[in-house]
Amino acid sequence: MSVTVLLFASYADALGTSSLAVDLPSNATVADVLAELRARPGAERLPPSPLVAVNQRYATAGSAVRAGDEVAVIPPVAGG
Amino acid sequence: MTPVARLTRDPIDPTALLASVARPRHGAILLFLGVVREVNDGRPVTGIEYSAYEAMALRELAAIADETLARFDATDVAIEHRLGELALEEASVGIAVAHAHRGVAYDASRWVIEELKRRVPIWKREQYVDGTREWVDPTGRPTEAAVGGERR
Repeated sequence: MSVTVLLFASYADALGTSSLAVDLPSNATVADVLAELRARPGAERLPPSPLVAVNQRYATAGSAVRAGDEVAVIPPVAGG
Repeated sequence: MTPVARLTRDPIDPTALLASVARPRHGAILLFLGVVREVNDGRPVTGIEYSAYEAMALRELAAIADETLARFDATDVAIEHRLGELALEEASVGIAVAHAHRGVAYDASRWVIEELKRRVPIWKREQYVDGTREWVDPTGRPTEAAVGGERR
């Protein structure tokens, strides 16, 4: 299955893109998405446990992802 | 009525924010503006670029507004965050809070800005006098929020 990974701000700069498709086995979790990301150039600049949202809601490493989900890797927020 | 919770690329209009929370039952209306400050972490700043995960930021802003109504009984609230390139002294965030009495209004206003800074997926890239730019990481280097006029 495929999920869409969104990257923002410093993380988008690190990976050189703001959006990419990641292929995963079914029953995958957020941790699996992050593991796939880590294989990509620039991913060494991501922290060990970045914030993640699945379909616009904060999630944890163990959260399930499904085909078509939008998985966002979220740098430390700095609004205000 | 659904509270105002929005992102904008236009300058924030404080008068419109205040009007959106005005009700006959309120005796206090507070306006908080976070504005771009000229120095952050000792470095001279010339401007800030704000960006967001817009769909989620809107969802979180709306959730904060709804939670404000639940936590601070009979409060009205309006939250607006600016995106794009901002110059010094421009407002990046505007929060209007109204309540029958000032005490609750002050508490609610403070709660809204702290929640916004904690959980709304918005980022800022500072531009410095020397021409360099850098994403601000409130957790990763000994810096404080560049706007808001207070330390976290």
